Amino acid sequence: MQIIKTSIHRITCLLIITMAACIPSKAQTEIDGIMMAKNNYCSGLMYNYSSWDQYWEGTLKRNNLNLGTVSTTTIAYMGNYGVSDKLNVLFGLPYIKTKASTGTFSGLSGLQDLSLWVKWMPYEKDFGKSVLAFYAIGGVSLPVSDYTPDLLPFSIGLRSKTLSLRAMADYQIGSWFATVSGTYVVRDKVTLDRELYYTTQLHQTNEVAMPDASSINIRAGYRTGRLIAEAVWNKWTTLGGFDITRNNMPFVSNRMNATMLGVNFKYNLKGVDGLSLIANANATLSGRNMGQASNIGGGVFYILDFTPKKKTEKKADTSKK
Amino acid sequence: MKKNLSFLLLVIFLMLQLSCSKDAPNTTDNAPLLAPNKTDIDAGIWKPVLLTGPTEFPVAAPAAITTPGYIAELNEIKGYQRDLTASQEASIRYWGAGGVLRWNELMRQLVSKYNLPPYQNADGTYPFPSANNPFAYPLFPFANPPYAARAYAYVSAAQYDALVAAWHYKKLYNRPAPYKTDASIKAKLPTSDLPSYPSEDAVLAGVTAEMMKLLFPGEIAFIQQKADEQKLSKIMAGVATRSDIEAGEALGRLVAQKFTTRARADRAGAAAGNQASWTALETNTVARGEIPWISMETPKRPPMLPGFGNVRPFLFDETTTPTLRPGPPPSTSSEQMKKELAEILDFVKNPTPERIRITHFWADGIATPTPPGHWGAIADADFIKQGFSEVRWARNMALLNMAMMDAAIVCWDTKFFYFNPRPSQLNPEIKTLTGLPNFPAYISGHSTFSAAAATILSHIVPSRAKEYDAMAKEASISRMYGGIHYRSDCEKGLETGNKVGAYAVSRAKTDGAD
Repeated sequence: MQIIKTSIHRITCLLIITMAACIPSKAQTEIDGIMMAKNNYCSGLMYNYSSWDQYWEGTLKRNNLNLGTVSTTTIAYMGNYGVSDKLNVLFGLPYIKTKASTGTFSGLSGLQDLSLWVKWMPYEKDFGKSVLAFYAIGGVSLPVSDYTPDLLPFSIGLRSKTLSLRAMADYQIGSWFATVSGTYVVRDKVTLDRELYYTTQLHQTNEVAMPDASSINIRAGYRTGRLIAEAVWNKWTTLGGFDITRNNMPFVSNRMNATMLGVNFKYNLKGVDGLSLIANANATLSGRNMGQASNIGGGVFYILDFTPKKKTEKKADTSKK
Repeated sequence: MKKNLSFLLLVIFLMLQLSCSKDAPNTTDNAPLLAPNKTDIDAGIWKPVLLTGPTEFPVAAPAAITTPGYIAELNEIKGYQRDLTASQEASIRYWGAGGVLRWNELMRQLVSKYNLPPYQNADGTYPFPSANNPFAYPLFPFANPPYAARAYAYVSAAQYDALVAAWHYKKLYNRPAPYKTDASIKAKLPTSDLPSYPSEDAVLAGVTAEMMKLLFPGEIAFIQQKADEQKLSKIMAGVATRSDIEAGEALGRLVAQKFTTRARADRAGAAAGNQASWTALETNTVARGEIPWISMETPKRPPMLPGFGNVRPFLFDETTTPTLRPGPPPSTSSEQMKKELAEILDFVKNPTPERIRITHFWADGIATPTPPGHWGAIADADFIKQGFSEVRWARNMALLNMAMMDAAIVCWDTKFFYFNPRPSQLNPEIKTLTGLPNFPAYISGHSTFSAAAATILSHIVPSRAKEYDAMAKEASISRMYGGIHYRSDCEKGLETGNKVGAYAVSRAKTDGAD
């Protein structure tokens, strides 16, 4: 069994953009139970289209004839490098464009946030027919352009520096697997271009204290070196913040929650070693202060092996022991 | 494994270097305690706005400081001072930064809270807030820019008049502050020779609480709680006795009633108009051969307070309003209009980060204190450094806020006289970078408010005149960057605002305070 899992490590990476409506999309690459093998670098481009015409104003679901359908188009460059078989470094950088189908508001566009993760697998145990692994993942995200977070739902991001820490368990039996993870996201205060804003009181400063957030992610499905097909359930919860008041605009420190369900597919082409195609789709089941977004995306990834030839052989030996 | 762990530790260390902060204090949280350069002891002779004179409302002579009643009041202060809690000390410091300052901030908070356009009815019409039922949706009031400008002006003018009267009685009765009559009472705030009867803080509390009955009837309880806090903080601080407070509050409430009486008859109540008046605006514009303004909202929302131009101004007679109205905008079919439209299209097609910043800095749209509130905050930030007495601070805010209310009146008169369309109406390609206001374009409200504010503020703080002028111009052009105004709207708005501001300056020169 160890052989199966190890071969997956070698030849696949699954990098997916998770879209979250009013919260503009974030490249989320660190969230699966797969490690890139040492000295291998998997990278590629991912395209995603997200849209909603219903949103939650606080807990009240409504439409807005002055927005129509709000859409977000994302193109992200993402990569995953194997520092070792047990330690990977990952990153994602999306370019985002927003647009409304009706009304007079102009959409916005630009480079959003650079995300970096370190993914560590301290434990992996072979039980004969199955493999259990635990992971710890730490991440940071930093805005890389001076986009404004103050024109939601058109802003391309929230412009908060974040730190995240994720704990994850992955269990594979034969070609079937399940992964469960939970993350805590610490969010830095955000700076606006204005010096007065109202939340549940008036603030006379250009800085906005951001509530932290948490997320739970459960995924399960079929996984071999050739194909991955999985269902993904994700719940994003903002730990604090306030509700959009009646007929108001969304604000960066709103209590934005969303529960989403989706599918991811990945296929490693037979013809070209290391080349893979990705497709994903998901829908928002419930939410608060966010749009009820549906997302669809696709991507192309390629693995480069930087391993010196001699070392590879040596490594192959050690992995057998 | 060891290498991996050390790598991970390094990453965690780097993450901690980027450590996140939750601290976003208000710029005035730690404003210095108000310590006026002078007491303005003669402010009782300054010219009031509405009062016939400082003695229009009588204030009885206070009991002598040797009477048992007064001594009991000192004991009340001593009782508090024996054992002040941290929150009581905080309340003393909060109100100690200045009563006018804190009430201005609270007014801006209320305007922000109520500055939300009502959601439509199921049939596509829009509900109007009702003063008689302020808690029913839509909440009363919709504190849009004209409403806000008027609310700020009434509160500031009433505070000023009440303080002029208070200063008259302070000088007349000359009762020393409790920290002067009893050495064992500690002044928790800066001391001065200003007599304490009637208490200027209680005057402010009384005025403002009374004005809320008209302006924010859903917030009477909230404001009363703030008023009670302010009054108690002054007793605990050792700067006023119970009788100083009671006399001040009573005076404040009486003066406020004079202002609410004026407000009920100033025609603002009829400013929303009705279907017949909205249709007439359209047909009159078509009859002049121009394209009329139409609402760009879905469903179409009636224009914001089309009758606000008829409201009775503070700084000049209402018959003067139309004389301040600028000439017509470029015809909607003119070459000039095409040129101006092309300029705005270019701005929105090529937004630079700096233009976006300027657009958002001055947007002052829904859920904000509106442009008059933004200028009030700019003024307060400067006044904090000036060492003004409460009466002088109130006088300067009254001048500023009356100028902006009258600017709103002239601006709205102009907007609905010409009923000129917004850029996005004439060219749907023009998508805006800020909210598109639901009323005609000519002339720009931001420009008119800002020029009026800059003109009077330059008179009050001459050393900042250049900055005020630059700010007004930036506020003005921000509306072009945002794609919601033409250049002529902004230029004529600035000109008109300057003219209105000049009325405030001329009042300032003759009110006895300069």
